[in-house]
Amino acid sequence: MTAALALQGAQSVLALILAPLITGIVRKTKARFQLRRGASILQPYRDLARLLRKESVLADNASWLFDLAPTVILAFTWVAAALIPVLGTDPVLASAADLIAIVGLLASARFVLALAGLDIGTSFGGIGASREVMIASVAEPAMLMLIFALALIAGSTHLPAITAFVQSPALGLRISLGLGLIGLIMVAIAENGRIPIDNPSTHLELTMVHEAMVLEYSGRHLALIELASSLKLLLYLSLIIAVFLPWGADIHWSGWPPYAERLLVYLAKIVALAFLLGLFEVSIAKMRVFRVPQFLGAALMLTLLAVLLRLVSGSF
Amino acid sequence: MMLVALLLCVAGLFAVAVAATILAANVPGRVLTYGATAALTLVALSLSALGLFGGGIETLRLPIGLPWLGANFRLDALAAFFLVVVNLGAAASSIFALGYGRHETAPQRVLPFFPAFIAAMNLVVLADDAFSFLFAWEFMSLTSWALVLSHDRDATNRRAGFIYIVMAGFGTLALLLAFGVLAGTDGNYAFAAMRAHAPDLQTAALVLFLVLLGAGSKAGIVPLHVWLPLAHPAAPSHVSALMSGVMTKVAVYAFARVAFDLANLSDWRLSAVVIALGGVTAVLGVLYALMEHDLKRLLAYHTVENIGIIFVGLGLALAFRANGLHAAAALAATAALFHVFNHSLFKSLLFFGSGAVLGATRERDMERLGGLIHRMPKTAAYFLIGAAAISALPPLNGFASEWLTFQAIFLSPHFPQWGLRFLAPAAGAMLALAAALAAACFVKAFGITFLGRARSPQAETGRETDKISLAAMAGLAALCIVAGAVPGTFTAALAPVSQMIASDHMPSRGLAAPWSPLVPSLGSANSYNGLVLLALLAAAIALVMLALRILANGTSRRAPAWDCGFPDPSPATQYGAESFAQPIRRVFGTIAFRAREEVFMPQPGDTAAARIHVRLIDPVWEAIFAPIARGVGFVADTMNPLQFLTIRRYLMLVFLSLVVLLAVLALWL
Repeated sequence: MTAALALQGAQSVLALILAPLITGIVRKTKARFQLRRGASILQPYRDLARLLRKESVLADNASWLFDLAPTVILAFTWVAAALIPVLGTDPVLASAADLIAIVGLLASARFVLALAGLDIGTSFGGIGASREVMIASVAEPAMLMLIFALALIAGSTHLPAITAFVQSPALGLRISLGLGLIGLIMVAIAENGRIPIDNPSTHLELTMVHEAMVLEYSGRHLALIELASSLKLLLYLSLIIAVFLPWGADIHWSGWPPYAERLLVYLAKIVALAFLLGLFEVSIAKMRVFRVPQFLGAALMLTLLAVLLRLVSGSF
Repeated sequence: MMLVALLLCVAGLFAVAVAATILAANVPGRVLTYGATAALTLVALSLSALGLFGGGIETLRLPIGLPWLGANFRLDALAAFFLVVVNLGAAASSIFALGYGRHETAPQRVLPFFPAFIAAMNLVVLADDAFSFLFAWEFMSLTSWALVLSHDRDATNRRAGFIYIVMAGFGTLALLLAFGVLAGTDGNYAFAAMRAHAPDLQTAALVLFLVLLGAGSKAGIVPLHVWLPLAHPAAPSHVSALMSGVMTKVAVYAFARVAFDLANLSDWRLSAVVIALGGVTAVLGVLYALMEHDLKRLLAYHTVENIGIIFVGLGLALAFRANGLHAAAALAATAALFHVFNHSLFKSLLFFGSGAVLGATRERDMERLGGLIHRMPKTAAYFLIGAAAISALPPLNGFASEWLTFQAIFLSPHFPQWGLRFLAPAAGAMLALAAALAAACFVKAFGITFLGRARSPQAETGRETDKISLAAMAGLAALCIVAGAVPGTFTAALAPVSQMIASDHMPSRGLAAPWSPLVPSLGSANSYNGLVLLALLAAAIALVMLALRILANGTSRRAPAWDCGFPDPSPATQYGAESFAQPIRRVFGTIAFRAREEVFMPQPGDTAAARIHVRLIDPVWEAIFAPIARGVGFVADTMNPLQFLTIRRYLMLVFLSLVVLLAVLALWL
C-alpha cells in the first residue's frame, strides 16, 4: 500500500517535471530542422520561472472564473496525466484509471478553458473558444470510438488492463490496432493544437485557436496554462506509449534499483516520440480551420472502421 | 399502506389546487399554495423512496371511474422510482417558486394548476388500468397546457399552446389505441389482464409503434418533438423545469411500463427501432439546441437530446433482455434510469437558473445578456454546476450515467444478431457526438449568458435573485455533486427496478459502501470511482494553490483588456450566441438544417452596413408537419361551404349519413 502510494506520487510528480522538457525537445527539434539553433531544451522551465515571478495583469472585467480557471485546468490535466500508468500499474488509483474518465477529465479542462476564453468579452477569446469546441466536437467522438475499439480488442476500458493485454503474447498483428493508432495520433495532434490543426507559436489572429483563448492571461496564470498544455502533450504521448508501445517495460538489469529501468525505457520512448512530433511539424503546413473537421472526420472514420473490422472477425 | 398514503398526498394536492382558486392572487395565497405543495411532495418523496427500498408490490382498487373496472392503483419498484423523480422535481420546483413566484404577473393563472399538474403526474405513475392511466395522462396534459398559456398575451405563447394541445391530443389518442390493442378482444383494460398474456409479434410491433407515438411525443422523440421547445419555455420557469425535468420522465415511464411490463417486448428487431430512434434524437436534439439563442428554448431542445440518451439505454436493455443477457440488460436499464434521475436534477437546476436570469433582466434572448456572473455570482455558480453536469463532465453525475450507457454499448459483441452488433456501435458514435456537442452547447449557454460584457442595459443592471430561489438551486447543485461522487449508492438503490424489468441487477456493495467504485458487470475490470476522482481533483487544486503561494508572485493588477492591442469598447464586438455556434453550424448545420449564409457587402465607398443573412431549415417541420398542416388546411377549406347550408340541407345530410352508416353495418354483419 505504501509502496503503491509512493509509486503513484512519484509518477504524478514525474509527469509535472517532465512535461516542460518534452515541449522543449519538440521546439529544439523543429528549430534544428529549420536550420536555426533554437533555444535550449530547458527554455520552457525558464519561461515558467519568469512567468511565476511576474505580477499578473487581469482585465478590468475579469470574473472569479477567469482567476480560478488556470488552477482548475492544471488540476484536471494533472489528475488525468497521473492516471496513465507509466512506471507500473498501481492498485491505489486503479479503480479510477478508466480511459473514458481520462478523456472526460480532459473534456472538463477544455470546458473551463473555453469559458475562460469567453470571460473578458473580447473577439479573440470568442473566436478561440468557438473554434476549440468545434474541433472538440469531432475529436472527442473519434477518441471514444478508439476506446470502443480498444475495449473490443482488450475486453476493457481500464487502462492498466489494456496495457497488460497489449503486452501479452496473445496479441499478434492487428489491423484494427493499426487503424486505432493512426486515429489516436490524429486526435492527439488536434487536441494539443499542433500543426497542421493549430500552431502553438503563432499570434496571427486568423489562425489562432488555443492561443486566442489564453490571450488575456499573464504572469502566474499564464504559467499554469502553459504547464497544463505541456502536461497535456505529455499525457497523449504517454497514452500512445501505454496503449501501443508498452514493450520493454518488463526488462530487468541486475544491480539496478527497482523501476529505474522502466523509467529509462519510458524516457527513451517519450523523447523519441517528441523528436518524431517535431519532425512531423516541420514537414507539413497548417491547414485552414474549416479543413479541420475533414481531418478529424477521417480519424473518426478510421476508428469506426477499426471497431467494425473487429466486430466482423476477432482476428482483425 | 404506502400506496394509500401516496394517494392521500395526491388528494391533498388536488385540495390545494381547489383552495388556490379561492385564495387567488394575494401574497399569503402564493406562499400557502407553494408551501403546501412543497410539504406534500416532500412527504410523497419520502413515501416513494420507502416504497422503492421496501421492494414489495401494493395494489388498490377504488370504486370510482368505470363501474365494471373501478380505479386500480399499484405501487411497484418501477412506479416507486419514477415517483421519486416526480416528487423530487416537484418539491424543488415548489420551493423555488416560493421565491420566484413573486415575479408572476398573473398568479391566479398559475397557482391552481400547479398542484393539480403535480397530482396528475403522480396519478399517471400510480395508475394500474388503462382508464385511470389515460384519465390522469390527459389531466396532466391539460393542466400543463393551462400553465403554458398563463401568459397568453404573447402571440408566440398562444401558438405554442395550440401546437401543444394538438400534439397532446394526438399522443393520448395513440396511447388509447395502444391500450386497446393490448386489451385485445376481451376488452379488459386492467393492466393486470394485459400483463397476463404476451402479444404476438405483429401486435407487439403495433403496440410499440403506438406507444412511441403517444409517449414519445410527450417525451420529445424526434420527429415528434416539435411542440416541446415551443411549449416548455412559454410556461413560467418553475413550470418549465417541471415540464422539461419531470413530465418528460413521466412519458419515459409510460414507455417503460408498456415496453418492459405490459407488452413485454421480446423481439430484438423492435428494440433496434428504439435504439436507432434514440441515437437520432440525441444528435438532432443537441444540434437544434446549438442553433438556438433563446436561453430557455436552448434548454428545452437540450431535453430532446437527453431523452435520446435515455431511449438508447432503454432500447439496449430491451435488446439484451430479448437475447436473455440479463446482466447486460440490467446494466443498460440502470444506466437509462440513472440518467432519468440525473437529468431531472440538472435540467430543473438549469431552468431555475434561466428563471432567475429572466426575473433579474426580463430577458431570455442570450444576444441581449452577458456579464451576469458579476451581478449574479451565486446563480452563475449553480448554473455552471448544472451546465457541467449536463455536459457529462466528470466528476459530476451526468458523466456517471453516460459512462454506464457506454459500458452497456461496449457489451454489444455479445449480441447474436449482426444487426444489433453493428447498430450498437453506431448508436455509441452518435452518443459520443451528442456528448461532445452538449459540452459545446453549454459553453455557449453559460459563456454567452453569464460571461463577457453586458449586451443590453437590462443585463447591466440585473440583480441577484432571492434567497429561497438560491436555496432551491443550491440543493439541486449539491445533489448533482453527490450523485456524481457516489454513483454506486444510486445504482444500488435502482437494483429493485432493474430486477423487475431486466430480471437482474448491477453488482454493488449496497448502500452501506458509498465509496466503492461503479462496476458495470460481475468480473469486469472496468470501474469508475467518482469519489476517488473528486478527492484527487481537490488534492490537485489544493497542491497547485499551495505551490502558487510559495513559488509565485501573488500580486495582481487590473488593467484594460489586451485583445492583441485592438480592444473595442462596444460589447457588440464580442462573440454572441449566433457567432459562437457559427463554426459548428458550418460543419454540422449545412447537413442537418441545410444552413446557408449570405453576406451582403456594400460597394467600396458605400457607408451602408454589411449584413449577414443565415437561413436554417428545420428538416422535421418541413418534411412532416408542414405537409400535414397544409393537408388539414386544404380539407378545411374544401369543407368550408358546409358551414353555410340551409336547415333542409343539413337535415338531408344527417339522414344520408344515417343511411350510409346503416348500410355499412348491414353489409359488415
